[in-house]
Amino acid sequence: MKVLVSVKRVVDYNVRIQVKSDGSGVVTDGVKFSMNPFDEIAMEEAVRLREKGKVTEIVAVTIGGAKNEETLRSALAFGADRAIHIKEEGEVQPLTAAKAFAAVLKKEGAQLFLCGKQAIDDDANQTGQMVASLLDIAQATFASKVEVDGAKAQITREIDAGLETLEVDLPAVVSVDLRLNEPRYLKLPDIMKAKKKPIETIGLGDVGVAIEAGSKTVKVSPPPARAKGIMVKTVDELVAALKSKGLV
Amino acid sequence: MSKILVIAEHSDGKLNAGVAKAVAAAQKIGGEIAVAVLATDGAAVAAQAAKLDGVAKVVVVNNAANAYPIAAVLAPQIAELAAGYTHVLFPGTTFGKDLAPRVAAKLNVQQVSDIMAVHAPNKFDRPIYAGNAITTVEAAAGTVVATVRQASFNAVVGEGGSAAVETVSVSAALPSHTRFVKIEAQKSARPDLQAASRVVSGGRALGSSENFKVIYDFADKIGAGVGASRAAVDSGYVPNDMQVGQTGKIIAPELYFAIGISGAIQHLAGIKDARTIVAINKDPEAPIFEVADIGLVGDLFTVVPELQGKL
Repeated sequence: MKVLVSVKRVVDYNVRIQVKSDGSGVVTDGVKFSMNPFDEIAMEEAVRLREKGKVTEIVAVTIGGAKNEETLRSALAFGADRAIHIKEEGEVQPLTAAKAFAAVLKKEGAQLFLCGKQAIDDDANQTGQMVASLLDIAQATFASKVEVDGAKAQITREIDAGLETLEVDLPAVVSVDLRLNEPRYLKLPDIMKAKKKPIETIGLGDVGVAIEAGSKTVKVSPPPARAKGIMVKTVDELVAALKSKGLV
Repeated sequence: MSKILVIAEHSDGKLNAGVAKAVAAAQKIGGEIAVAVLATDGAAVAAQAAKLDGVAKVVVVNNAANAYPIAAVLAPQIAELAAGYTHVLFPGTTFGKDLAPRVAAKLNVQQVSDIMAVHAPNKFDRPIYAGNAITTVEAAAGTVVATVRQASFNAVVGEGGSAAVETVSVSAALPSHTRFVKIEAQKSARPDLQAASRVVSGGRALGSSENFKVIYDFADKIGAGVGASRAAVDSGYVPNDMQVGQTGKIIAPELYFAIGISGAIQHLAGIKDARTIVAINKDPEAPIFEVADIGLVGDLFTVVPELQGKL
């Protein structure tokens, strides 16, 4: 069984985001980027499924500018066999990305599409569901357990009400949540090996997708600042402060 | 004028509280508001939705396939119901987040996730980078499909309204590739981290999973949910579903206690919407004090039990 994993290059989760003073976006120059942490979990799951003998080939896919090649190299170091780079320097919104990934999924004949539940830059949480919708195949979002059994899979999902289990026919889209696994640390030999693995570069046009007018960003602003707090010296003062705010 | 369809989340015949918040967002957009209830027998849920302030109509689709909410099954029905509406809104719960993009793709429109403010019928604020920045977006032409951020809207009153209830049928073919197996409710007697009005989190300074008892005991005393920093999770003190932060849970309780947490950026991103943040840490230079409303420098192992005794 072949699995397709989508990965996204995002500002590293440890970076303190700064909004540009002209409101056009956030500062990305000189900022560290890395693979979206939820996509690392998706990559890890693909590799574990292969280690269990459920998966024979792992293909990583991304959409974006030239720098996204680094992210694909990380995916290859995780254990992807090969990668597909849909090169697009302009802004790509979720529906457009989903159309491109759906086309690749179909062309590759992959039985499973794994992705992070959301990217930590735009926090959209849409692409996986849209891929499934466009292909009219099953979806299981926020997965905390994935069990593949032949042409079916049982997925446990972390939802507000608790842990839900769905049975899906393959092919299916699974978006992964935090507790699914802990991604391995990439070792130098794997990083070296990844440099020799193939990356196929294509354009959106090659998968029959065009950039469409999407939501327009009017401006980006910093969140409202919190009012300056107070320091208390003793537990009694803390209790008094909580009482004065009506919190206890 | 806008015509807004709000999709009802419900279970066991009860309307989810998030729906009244989505209706509140619909009121800010302005226009005629309808609520759609998809169920096996939606009468009881429809009656609750009909009472919500500002709701003009409740549309009910009864179908045995709707016994349990499965996005792949609901989406084609909602896409059909959406005809004639300018907006389709979902509560920004796991139900809405799972379902809305599936509907948006069927309608061939980009979706607006997590709206937190309404400027105009097609212009919204939404958080990006875990709320470290706010973006104002204008939705493209076509149906506006959006999820409504739960922490940003106050639920409309659910008493006075008397909307008309109309049962309709849809012709969309429904898939059978996704089947509900079971749901296990959270076993913990503690409030759910994301719904709790009070949350107590512990960090690396706890030092071990045994020591986390200090956090659990205090949380139980004040009826709080329990969270942890990524450092505490990475150190193996607690499971990672307790992680609060950008890559964990993003929460907005009324009262938040950060105990032995230094305040890494990734943690702060998860708590910035908390109404009041209390920080207890022995390091006076810890960054958590920059965002705390009330800070106390001290050893958590003496301070927390003392606080527990005095509340």
